[in-house]
Amino acid sequence: MAALDKTEVKEGVDQETVDAVQSIAGKYKHGWETEIEMEYAPKGVNEDIVRLISEKNGEPEWMTEWRLGAFRRWQGMTEPDWAMVHYPMIDYQDQYYYAKPKSMTEKPKSLDEVDPKLLETYEKLGIPLQEQMILAGVEGAEGTPADARTGEQRKVAVDAVFDSVSVGTTFQKELKQAGVIFCSISDAIRDHPELVRKYLGSVVPVSDNYFATLNSAVFSDGSFVYVPPGVRCPMELSTYFRINAENTGQFERTLIIADKGSYVSYLEGCTAPMRETTQLHAAVVELVALEDAEIKYSTVQNWYPGDEEGRGGIFNFVTKRADCRGDRSKVMWTQVETGSAVTWKYPSCILRGNESQGEFYSIAITNNYQQADTGTKMIHLGKDTRSRIVSKGISAGKAQNTYRGQVAVHPKAKDARNFTQCDSLLIGDKCGAHTVPYIEVRNNSSRVEHEATTSKVDDDQLFYCRQRGMDEEEAVALVVNGFCKDVLQALPMEFAMEAQQLVAISLEGSVG
Amino acid sequence: MALAQAKQDVTEARLAALSLPEGAGWIKAAREDALARLRAMGLPGRRDEYWKWTRPDALTAPDAAQAAVFEGDDTPVFGEIDRVRLVFVDGVFDAAQSDDPTLAGVEIERLEAAAQTDIHWLKELYGVLETRGQDPVHRPLAALNTAYATDGVVIRATGKAERPVSLIYLHESETSDATLHHVIKVEEGAELTVLENGPAAARLNMVMEVEVADNAAFHHVRAQGRDHERRAVTHLFARLGTESVFKSFTMTANGVLTRNESVIELTGDNATAHIAGACTGDGDFHHDDTVFITHDAAHCESRQVYKKVLRNGAAGVFQGKILVKPDAQKTDGYQISQALLLDGDSQFFAKPELEIYADDVQCSHGSTTGAIDETAIFYLRSRGVPEAEAQDLLTLAFLAEAIEEIEDETIAEDIRTRLEAWLARRRGG
Repeated sequence: MAALDKTEVKEGVDQETVDAVQSIAGKYKHGWETEIEMEYAPKGVNEDIVRLISEKNGEPEWMTEWRLGAFRRWQGMTEPDWAMVHYPMIDYQDQYYYAKPKSMTEKPKSLDEVDPKLLETYEKLGIPLQEQMILAGVEGAEGTPADARTGEQRKVAVDAVFDSVSVGTTFQKELKQAGVIFCSISDAIRDHPELVRKYLGSVVPVSDNYFATLNSAVFSDGSFVYVPPGVRCPMELSTYFRINAENTGQFERTLIIADKGSYVSYLEGCTAPMRETTQLHAAVVELVALEDAEIKYSTVQNWYPGDEEGRGGIFNFVTKRADCRGDRSKVMWTQVETGSAVTWKYPSCILRGNESQGEFYSIAITNNYQQADTGTKMIHLGKDTRSRIVSKGISAGKAQNTYRGQVAVHPKAKDARNFTQCDSLLIGDKCGAHTVPYIEVRNNSSRVEHEATTSKVDDDQLFYCRQRGMDEEEAVALVVNGFCKDVLQALPMEFAMEAQQLVAISLEGSVG
Repeated sequence: MALAQAKQDVTEARLAALSLPEGAGWIKAAREDALARLRAMGLPGRRDEYWKWTRPDALTAPDAAQAAVFEGDDTPVFGEIDRVRLVFVDGVFDAAQSDDPTLAGVEIERLEAAAQTDIHWLKELYGVLETRGQDPVHRPLAALNTAYATDGVVIRATGKAERPVSLIYLHESETSDATLHHVIKVEEGAELTVLENGPAAARLNMVMEVEVADNAAFHHVRAQGRDHERRAVTHLFARLGTESVFKSFTMTANGVLTRNESVIELTGDNATAHIAGACTGDGDFHHDDTVFITHDAAHCESRQVYKKVLRNGAAGVFQGKILVKPDAQKTDGYQISQALLLDGDSQFFAKPELEIYADDVQCSHGSTTGAIDETAIFYLRSRGVPEAEAQDLLTLAFLAEAIEEIEDETIAEDIRTRLEAWLARRRGG
């Protein structure tokens, strides 16, 4: 925290605001490591490793070939350098691409048999005991206790990914009753190959970009969701990603398909231990929304951000894209980005169906030496498509925070509508906040509006509040609270708590 | 990184028929440096990020494409204004058509003459601001200009100029290819207004380097020629001192291709830079405003106002950037880019960028694109205004914010009249 402590705080920026931001990056709560025996594939990546990952997951031949195809393409690609992030060269051969807890080789039958270390991991991460039992992979634990909880609390089905493998998915039976498929992607490749073959790579093509292509070759696990026509998924679905092993890259792949008229809300959380060396995370998330379907995808990204000197942390290169394929489909991305040393992430929507809608709400907080280059793409192809972008960037310490986004309206996208707002708040004079929007409008019946501001806490707003009898501290609390509110409100209840703690800009005793 | 072969080929093809102009040792060195810079960067290509929405091919080709000379049907712009007229025909200074270049408190010279002098203040500026403007984004066409420009004016204002200096660019030959380089130095406390109008040539590459010293003021109003087939790339490089004022406005009506780059550096505290543009495009029209404003001093204000009215497949581009360096506290930066698309075929592309490294700043940008407001049309029609006229009224109102950036009311009125005439000519058509 040394870096920020020395920062001269400008008049008008409340110390509590600074403290709140500090508490996020400074006291990383999930920085411990589980000492557990792991099974690794040899370091580096080549065709043999790709085959090995495929074999470990028990994949059919077509999948292995798909991966190899991606790997061959990746070898001919170069790492992108257009983002406003700077990091040392990544040695892709100095990473482990597959790591699995040894105790997971055979599924334990009861809680007593579960490797206590794995159990401890989830306990420490704050996942309730009952869920923990399920997460640890105990067969048969899903029935009664889960049912007993029904009615008291909204249930969240969780798929937990520990390094390279999914260790368990909860509430599968209940979901099955509703017809929802929620499992690890490796299970889906085995059990639902027709769905996977149809949709995998259909939103983010194999050769989309450097990191997505690498992911296509080496992804080890991830989540798969299929919601059948007309089904409203009975509970929130969630994936919890945990990187544990050292020098291990995590490459997960998520595929969510919402069939006609269905609805699903999906949450994603991530943590990793504190280490001096950096770690690579390159995920791909694909969402497909068919006619009248709606997908809500929320992320609280809290990977280890590195220490205050900028050592260590996760390099987070993520490709997230939604295809609103059907008419009147809707996708909503909400993200709270507080972790990672480097973030490179642009959750996007392809608005293909007529009257389809895309929304993007983001809070990105960077502190110390963190760098975030994040934003969205809204590609309007269908008629009467609508998109809304609200991005809030808070930069402190020596961090750099960039919003990079694109809004493209194609000639046939008549009467499309976009509204974009990106605001940046700077705390301290050593950090940077940048906005790089691309706006392309190819017809005149559409309306595209873009607004961006960069400022410290607004004096006029403070003046107004103070004029109404608030003291300065209360006024700042109110203004800063309001700064992130648009986005916090978009989060599902389950995540709002965690996000609020993370952002913690809202101050005790302040209005609202 | 070595230059891609294709880029190298385009660059060498362009340079093949050119030779560096004669001049004194210092300008020879400046031109050779510019050539080396250009060779290192290569001419822009379609895959360059900075040329994402504008195809540079016609500007980088060895020969200029033909452009028919436009027979003006009204009195030239700025005709009513008392000014010192300097006329260029197809990019060559024409003393016969020009006024006597004497103006109290202002020294006016032809670039060619200044370039022959061994000791000249120009040495401190020629190609210097252009070089500064090459970082962080390359502007190879400006380096090409510095190396090969054969004509231009060199103006030094030491006092408050009574009359504007008016640069008139006539276009007479259908295959003309002009490269003009002007350097303007406004000394401490001095004031100068420069007017520019006319198409200049079938193809124009123009660079203007402007140094505005402490407490000085520089006003610039430009009306780019109405020739339909002309192509132009212009670069305006400016460096501003403490408490200086810089205001520039450009009106563009017609032209197949126009790329106006403005690179402004605020290096002294309390400086003000306003830059604005109004363009009206119909049919085969591509207009690109690329602006880069660097705040490198405290308490400065910058304002960018760009308005585009596009119809019948015309395309508009705006790439604007405000860079606020770490010590440029109390910066006030504003940027607005708006396009009014009068039909479904027209297009607008914008990249309004902010890059900010200081915390006590107020920077904002806005960008909107859309059609004319139907309810406003309806309102006007309900008051008895015919539809075409209602559309013109609303279009002018839309452009007004940019025109308001012109300080001199007479000049602003002249510009307004031109835009009204342009709209009237196209009414209903």
